[in-house]
Order: sequence, then structure tokens, then C-alpha cells
Amino acid sequence: MTKEQNYPIKKVNLICAKGAIEDVYATLVMGNGAVMEGIETNIFFTFFGLDAIIKNRMDKLHTAVVGNSALRLPGGLRMPTLLGVIPGMESVTSWMMKSQMEQLDIPPVSEFLDLIIAGGGNIYACKLAMDMFKFKVEDLSEHVSGVITIGEFYAHAVGEGSQIIFT
Amino acid sequence: MTQKTYAGIMVDVNEEGYFTNSSQWTREIAVEIAKEEGVVLTDQHYAIMDFLRNRFNSGEPLSIRSINHSNVIDVKTFYQLFPGAPLKKATKIAGIPKPVSCI
Repeated sequence: MTKEQNYPIKKVNLICAKGAIEDVYATLVMGNGAVMEGIETNIFFTFFGLDAIIKNRMDKLHTAVVGNSALRLPGGLRMPTLLGVIPGMESVTSWMMKSQMEQLDIPPVSEFLDLIIAGGGNIYACKLAMDMFKFKVEDLSEHVSGVITIGEFYAHAVGEGSQIIFT
Repeated sequence: MTQKTYAGIMVDVNEEGYFTNSSQWTREIAVEIAKEEGVVLTDQHYAIMDFLRNRFNSGEPLSIRSINHSNVIDVKTFYQLFPGAPLKKATKIAGIPKPVSCI
């Protein structure tokens, strides 16, 4: 039998503030992983992270090819910054990342949100960032439970065994 | 290696209670494991467990996403059938190893 931990994690509250593929997927993998373990899950998307819940942007995320010092070419050589400025380079790189993920059965962002919602997770959009980027509620995925302030997010996070994670 | 008796049959399980030999599993055994997990099995439970067992036997990875490809139930129903941690619970009751997937 599984050994019971003394202080099990009962609730996970994730904040996603960046909108590159790797940033959003870090949040989604952790969020879906929590749901799969039967942990109550809240995810708050703010600033550029909002792109992950904006209907016409969520499945078109990119990864940075300029200023991304960890990015490597196929074969392992570092991607020179000057290559990154070639038009289309970012699209090709992002497409390659997504096809690699698809091979590992990692779903597109919209389908990932479907899975999280199906398991009872909650998705929230940051009110301040919505105002700042002039997004409307209609721009958001139907999976978003509400546009809330950071204070309201903290209220959702209340509870013993609750963790707030900023990705 | 631990052994447990379900429905009068001795089976091999690991320290978490997952079967180490999936061929020892029967539908009667499943009923008893399900009882331990607080689940009452219906035809829908058996149908999705058959899917999971077939997928495991053909060496395909198990993930929560793969449930949507099962043509048996959708993920939402899966969470309702096996409340809490459905993939872990369902594989345990279905007599196959705990999935190692993160998704």
C-alpha cells in the first residue's frame, strides 16, 4: 500500500505569467498532473500567460529563438542569435517543438485545458492583465471560470495543504 | 514481491498493490479490488478497463488523454467512474501496472 504522507498536498494553485510554449506547458503539465492525482487545482493566467486561454492564440504559441540561450539546433549545437532573426525561424522552431510533444502524446493547449476541466480543475484569467491588453471576456476560452483579481485568487487558494506555484 | 488473495485466488502484487502479472486478473478479482478502492463496478467500468488492458498488452503508453481515443467514454466520465485519481485507480482495479506517464 502507499505510505501516507504526513502533510499531503490537497490543493495546487498555479500562476502562469509568460506565454511561450515552454512556460505555458510547464503550467499545464503541473496543473493536469495535480488533477490526475485527485488534487484540487486552480490555474491563474496573467500577463503574457493570457495567450494560453485566448481562443485564437492558445494553439499558436511560439518559443523564442532570439535571446533563448538554452535553445539548440538539431544535433545539439547552440542556436546562434543571428540565425534566430531569419524570418520564419521562430515558426519552424515552434512547429518542431509541437510535433515533438505530439509524439509524446502531449496535447495542444486547447485540448490540455479540456482535460483539466474534465477532471474538475478551475481556470481563471487575471482582471488587471485583461484590462491592460484590452481583451474581452468573449476572447477567452469557454473553459475560463472567471476573470478575477489577485486577491480573489488568493481567496481561492485558502486552505490547509494548499500550495501556490509561480511558473 | 507480495501476494494477496482476491476472490479465493492468490495473486502477485507490488508494494503499492498493483498486479505484477496481469494474466492473473479476472473480473471477479476486479470486484474485490474495486471494493477496497471504494468503487462499485458497472459495465462502463469494465469497458474502459478492457480498453486499458488491451492498450497495456499491446505496449502502448497509458495517459489520461488516451481515454478520449477509447471510443468507450470521455475523460469527464472517466473521472466520475473512478473518483480522485482515475488513471491510478483504474489500472489498479484492471490488474495492470501503475502508468508512468505525466499526462
